[in-house]
Amino acid sequence: MANSHTAHDAHDDHHGAPQGFMQRWVLTTNHKDIGTLYLVFAGIMFFLGGAMAMVIRAELFQPGLQFVDPQFFNSMTTMHALVMIFGGMMPAWVGLANWMIPLQIGAADMALPRMNNFSFWLMPFAFILLLSTFFTGGGAPAGGWTLYPPLVLQGGDSFPMAMFAVHMMGASSIMGAINVIVTLMNMRAPGMTLLRMPLFCWTWLITAYLLILVMPVLAGAVTMLITDHFFGTSFFSAAGGGDPVMYQHIFWFFGHPEVYILILPAFGVVSEILPTFSRKPLFGYESMVYATASIGFLSFIVWAHHMFTVGMPLAGQLFFMLTTMLIAVPTGVKVFNWSATMWKGSLTFEPPMLFAISFLFLFTIGGFSGLMLAIAPADFQYHDTYFVVAHFHYVLVPGSLFAIIGGVYYWLPKWSGHMYNMTLAKWHFWLSAIFVNVLFFPQHFLGLAGMPRRIPDYATQFADWNAVSSIGAFGFGLAQLIFPYLIWSCVRGGEKATAHVWEGSHGLEWEVPSPAPYHSWSEAPAIELIERGAAH
Amino acid sequence: MSSNSHAHDSSTYYVPHSSPWPIVGSIALFCVMWGAVTFLNDWGSAWSFLPGALLLLVLFFGWFATVINENQAGLFNAQVDKSFRMGMMWFIISEVMFFAAFFGALFYARELSVPWIGGEGVKVFNKLLLWQDFAPTWPTNGPDRLGGHADGSFETIAAFSLPAINTALLLTSGVTITIAHHALRAGHRTQLSIFLAATWILGFIFVYLQGTEYHEAYTELGLKLSTGIYGSTFFMLTGFHGLHVTIGAIMLTVIWLRCLRGHFTAKNHFAFEAVAWYWHFVDVVWLILFVFVYWI
Ligand SMILES: [Cu+2]
Repeated sequence: MANSHTAHDAHDDHHGAPQGFMQRWVLTTNHKDIGTLYLVFAGIMFFLGGAMAMVIRAELFQPGLQFVDPQFFNSMTTMHALVMIFGGMMPAWVGLANWMIPLQIGAADMALPRMNNFSFWLMPFAFILLLSTFFTGGGAPAGGWTLYPPLVLQGGDSFPMAMFAVHMMGASSIMGAINVIVTLMNMRAPGMTLLRMPLFCWTWLITAYLLILVMPVLAGAVTMLITDHFFGTSFFSAAGGGDPVMYQHIFWFFGHPEVYILILPAFGVVSEILPTFSRKPLFGYESMVYATASIGFLSFIVWAHHMFTVGMPLAGQLFFMLTTMLIAVPTGVKVFNWSATMWKGSLTFEPPMLFAISFLFLFTIGGFSGLMLAIAPADFQYHDTYFVVAHFHYVLVPGSLFAIIGGVYYWLPKWSGHMYNMTLAKWHFWLSAIFVNVLFFPQHFLGLAGMPRRIPDYATQFADWNAVSSIGAFGFGLAQLIFPYLIWSCVRGGEKATAHVWEGSHGLEWEVPSPAPYHSWSEAPAIELIERGAAH
Repeated sequence: MSSNSHAHDSSTYYVPHSSPWPIVGSIALFCVMWGAVTFLNDWGSAWSFLPGALLLLVLFFGWFATVINENQAGLFNAQVDKSFRMGMMWFIISEVMFFAAFFGALFYARELSVPWIGGEGVKVFNKLLLWQDFAPTWPTNGPDRLGGHADGSFETIAAFSLPAINTALLLTSGVTITIAHHALRAGHRTQLSIFLAATWILGFIFVYLQGTEYHEAYTELGLKLSTGIYGSTFFMLTGFHGLHVTIGAIMLTVIWLRCLRGHFTAKNHFAFEAVAWYWHFVDVVWLILFVFVYWI
């Protein structure tokens, strides 16, 4: 047995990345390659969705209709959301999971490598389907990313294309989530107990549970839309005994957990970065795990806070208001723990740390505006205004996106084997952090003053803050161009990275050389490495 | 050893080196969906559907054949086996949630939207102003009496007629597959193949009887997919269930053929158990369906 083991490892050592583009990138089963594919795909989608945001902000720079017609404007808001959520955020997180989870738990690869590749390759085809709607009669979907009936049913040729694209993305997400759960539950190296797992693994585990429980529900909702449109069912039509509000309930049963799918892995990344650059273990590791699980559970019983204004029994409003506010408790635990982690640490401010600290402040602003929106009577005023837009962009951009960028800056030397240009990365951070606030903070004022969302033109009283917001948007958009340039030049060359990369880094991913070899942990790591790496 | 196994033994976790199936599957699904879009949008001939569907068939045969060959070559250790088991379990849970969406629609309609349309509680103006004649009872096809016979009426299928027989069939098939499983573990191969055959035969009889029920519903009862919310929930729930029974019965047939070829041992039979789990899942969904769609 021992003999065959060494023979096998010797065999694996010869085994670098396969030659040839097809073998390496299309037929691959390697978690690192698939992670790279996901991240590159997400990056392209981020810039595509960002270009749509630029169109939106250009049109809103001043009142009146300047550049696009209202129908196309509505397509822009709808497609911006779909592309960013399903094409940018979710694949970026799956890409990071693919790269880091096997490295962090001492596994040779993901548990189901072929299915892993299938999850990825569904995504480009889903987006060919979704994006080709721009070239159909009637243009791309324009009824909002939530796909509410009856409006969505009045869409043109784009309607079934968007529906099938959502089905494909859903299948991809479900398979990706199954892979993450099975990997974390079955592939951990001996000695890597559940409560020794890095928090990125923990938050992804909860995220994967959420994905498996809600993506099929979205598939069901979309299926009902298709049959209502083409096959004469009456799920969302009162004439036949159904109810369009029923769609909203089903959709948000998916939709609220979905926002935690976008943010929980961010919690994980921030929980990795802050201890490293504070040179202190994470404060309250176990309470972080329990807080994550509580948020995961609560996310299933709060969905109707998205629809207080559609009409709901008073008991329902009270229930969903109170459960929503309850989420502030575990979230508060997290913010407290992150702050306590930095307390009396010897902090240094490398780019990942800068993004993580700004995440802490700016995500919390988004959390607070979320609490305001949770108050049902107040929500009647805020609903469908720019205040909502400001709220979810604060949690998604300086929240999720900053965590993704921070995570890439944190692990990039491990992937490429090179350090990147720290000065330029800090420019990237400061420009992003300043412009993101110029972009989104004024939208709070606009919303409280009553400016509705999803409109191409507005009353002149909203002109000033819209102009400011648009300037912020252009600055933020331009600043992001630094990011692909930095990644490209870091992959091409640069100062050699050490295995540990950062002075304060702990964990198994830092015990393999940089760049991480094509096959890592073919043999399980020694128990001492696991004990040393555990953050507490 | 199969050709793509390299020099591998089961002492370590088996990681395949490359595979054509994921990209084949993605292209196949895309062709199928593009064909469906072309058809639904009346763009002309939906020709891409056929090659897509064929390719999907090739995919299933190819992918499963690859895995079966790897397994027969002894590449999988206990840990790989456990991964497959957990994967199948979570797949079934995702399927449960898919059905949950449609059951949610059923309960929402019965408990909330239909009474509201009928003017319950604060929705009294629906009764006073919109639909004075609508009686909010179940089953219903809504205030506009959609679908159904020419006069808008329709009949439903009595629970204790064909559906009760179908319930008996599925429950029996749950027993026969359990007997087959015990036989497999005890090494009684004849008993195994007899009871496995009984299971898939019962499954296909169920599908056939559902077909006759649908035929009766459409031709005589005025119960169609378009018969308001009742027809919608009835056909979507029983339809997706029937589709799953069909898939399950095909899977049972496949593992039955594999049993005849001598596959599976008393200890190593993941595929058998996966299909058995799937079959029990289909069974349980039917029981819920029988109670809430047909009976009460
Ligand atoms: Cu929510």
